[in-house]
Amino acid sequence: MSEIAAAHDDHHDYHPSGLWRWVTTTNHKDIGTLYLWLAMIMFFIGGAMALVIRTELFSPGLQFVDPQFFNSMTTLHALVMIFGVVMPAFTGLANWQIPLMVGATDMALPRLNNWSFWILPFAFAMLLSTMFMDGGGPAGGWTLYPPLTLQTGNALPFVIFSIHFMGMSSIMGAINIIATIVNMRAPGMHMMKMPLFVWTWLITAFLLIAVMPVLAGGVTMLLTDKFFGTSFFNAAGGGDPVMFQHIFWFFGHPEVYILILPSFGVVSSILPTFSRKPLFGYSSMVYATASIAFLSFVVWAHHMFTVGMPLAGELFFMFATMLIAVPTGVKVFNWVATMWRGSMTFETPMLFAIGFIIMFTIGGFSGLMLAIVPADFQYHDSYFVVAHFHYVLVPGSIFAIMAAVYYWLPKWTGNHYPERLGKWHFWLSTIFVNLTFFPMHFVGLAGMPRRIPDYALQFADYNMLASIGAFGFGFAQLLFLYIVVVTIRGGEKATDQVWEGAEGLEWTLPSPPPYHSFTTPPVVR
Amino acid sequence: MPERIRRLLPNLKSILNLRRLAAGAILLPVASAALAGWDTLNMPVGVTEVSRIVYDLHMLIFWICVVIGIVVFGAMFYSILMHRKSRGVTAATFHESTTVEVIWTVIPFIILVAMAVPATATLIKMEDSGQSEMTIKITGYQWLWRYDYLDHDFGFYSFLSTSRDSIRDRAEKGEHYLLEVDRPLVIPTNTKIRLLVTANDVIHAWWVPDLALKRDAIPGFINELWTQIDDPGVYRGQCAELCGRDHGFMPIEVHAVPPDEYRAWVEKQTASVAE
Repeated sequence: MSEIAAAHDDHHDYHPSGLWRWVTTTNHKDIGTLYLWLAMIMFFIGGAMALVIRTELFSPGLQFVDPQFFNSMTTLHALVMIFGVVMPAFTGLANWQIPLMVGATDMALPRLNNWSFWILPFAFAMLLSTMFMDGGGPAGGWTLYPPLTLQTGNALPFVIFSIHFMGMSSIMGAINIIATIVNMRAPGMHMMKMPLFVWTWLITAFLLIAVMPVLAGGVTMLLTDKFFGTSFFNAAGGGDPVMFQHIFWFFGHPEVYILILPSFGVVSSILPTFSRKPLFGYSSMVYATASIAFLSFVVWAHHMFTVGMPLAGELFFMFATMLIAVPTGVKVFNWVATMWRGSMTFETPMLFAIGFIIMFTIGGFSGLMLAIVPADFQYHDSYFVVAHFHYVLVPGSIFAIMAAVYYWLPKWTGNHYPERLGKWHFWLSTIFVNLTFFPMHFVGLAGMPRRIPDYALQFADYNMLASIGAFGFGFAQLLFLYIVVVTIRGGEKATDQVWEGAEGLEWTLPSPPPYHSFTTPPVVR
Repeated sequence: MPERIRRLLPNLKSILNLRRLAAGAILLPVASAALAGWDTLNMPVGVTEVSRIVYDLHMLIFWICVVIGIVVFGAMFYSILMHRKSRGVTAATFHESTTVEVIWTVIPFIILVAMAVPATATLIKMEDSGQSEMTIKITGYQWLWRYDYLDHDFGFYSFLSTSRDSIRDRAEKGEHYLLEVDRPLVIPTNTKIRLLVTANDVIHAWWVPDLALKRDAIPGFINELWTQIDDPGVYRGQCAELCGRDHGFMPIEVHAVPPDEYRAWVEKQTASVAE
């Protein structure tokens, strides 16, 4: 009966082929794929920018680029990696996985889904085109602090407009995810039975809706200050340049959790599978995620301890920031307890997940150090900060995304990826990522400021190491691209369950899953 | 474009010098850690009471993190080694325990309180600029600093003194490459000095690691700092807040001299202003 119904549905489906299929698609899998490919392309573009930076920093002196171009590279590298890689990659994973994991046919709002993706290529085309405009690309840092950012040439309105686009896309994506999770769960899939990836994305989606409009407001004020004679951030006109920083970081701190919470969900899915043991402390994981999200709204000023806040303000933001270590610690301890007395195997997704836990925790430690205000006065805007946030973002978020791709790629394509190459990719990435970012702790503590194109001689050795590491890491990612492409094209066929220890609704479907995931809702007991 | 490429060529040669590359990749990190020592690896202890307290605080938190790291990663690696399927173990089935959840919520909380106490005490001390004996106003410009001695009505600009040629690799780089200026800030030792920090165009930040001082210089705002240097010497720093094209080229050089030497220097300055 259901087979007849499915055949009937297929008959009515309109499946254009070629490019038109991708432009008009409202299917969650197609759109997830589009998001993930966009992230992959932007990863190499943003990575190329990082390599321009590391090339100039290979040795003291100015050899390759003008300092202004260097500054626009650091600015665009950050914008591309944050808005063009990590956020679309997680949205892509959400698109693919959330309907599969909650037992739905598709996302709740398919047309909105199409729109929220197709805004992005235009937004990034516009952002990247600013490099070729009069006055060069944006060079005031991705944080866009005025008054410096207001010195940008013709690029500024285009940058602001592209940020508006990215914000719209994120908000629509978030609305869709919330609508799907709230309305489309299979019978019996209570909230407290949802996989943690779904939970962390639900919380992330609320963060996105809360803070993207704040960023949009902030950059719009920049626009009116520059072109319409307002003085929001101009002290000479009665404005306040520090107010921008408050607005920006009120967006910016929840934003860093937007970049990391879905990783927590990914790791919490992978560890139990390869430990062959249920996740330890499921409900405390949910509460810890919610606490982190809540705290993320009251710690923003720790990004600006040196602006000269009153003592009481500095103390408040120090204590609140330190408090985040508690729920984050709970998560790490729960992961270790999940592995404890399991029966572990170490396929590529597991390796990336374990690498994530270790290196994200290192980034967490330096984050705790940064919270201590008196010491932060030394760390602030030094390479120590660069080391810190790259540890939580590269072997943090990016490793989690790669873990997720290796974990679910056999499900998506029906083919196993080449395991040996996957392990090569993991080990090369891990070695080079540490070679790149670990020495940055040292030069930062020794006094090297961030965002400089040239540096004093005592920083030369570690910068050379970091540059060698960066090239190694960059080229290792070509291996990732190769693995993904060969897996899509073929390979050893995957079973429905794919992994011996995998549990959850997505593993009950065939690999690859049918075009409309669950045409009849599964029953969850 | 061709101009840029032409300028690039000699540099490429010097950079791709194999010997240097090999030394950089293999020998230097080891050698530099051994020879140059702690200085290139860690925060400077500095030359003020505050900088020493900040250093101790930094090391305290660092060691706490190291201990936590050893415990957590130790448990993890033990598990990775012992609880693997290839050893034939079967997985346990436990998946929750309120007791351990409470334990590993409360213990980190107590550790945090233990960190917060000295941090708060240090911060209160750092923010108290009362009873200072003299005041200097520091103004950031794109891309230089200005120092005004408010008690003596004189001031001057301080520019990077490293030559363009050495930045462009056309001349040898000196010992204080990029950390040297034409006119340094001269201040007396053993004197509590109040520093007022502001800027004239965009936001800068005045940072001297040896004094554990960093504060944003913001147009339209005046921030307050203080320092009291124990040892005479030359202390160097840089602008720490991205301020445009030459952000990397506006260093800070502080000469701390004994009080009588400072008085003599001030007299010379005021005399030259009077002329």
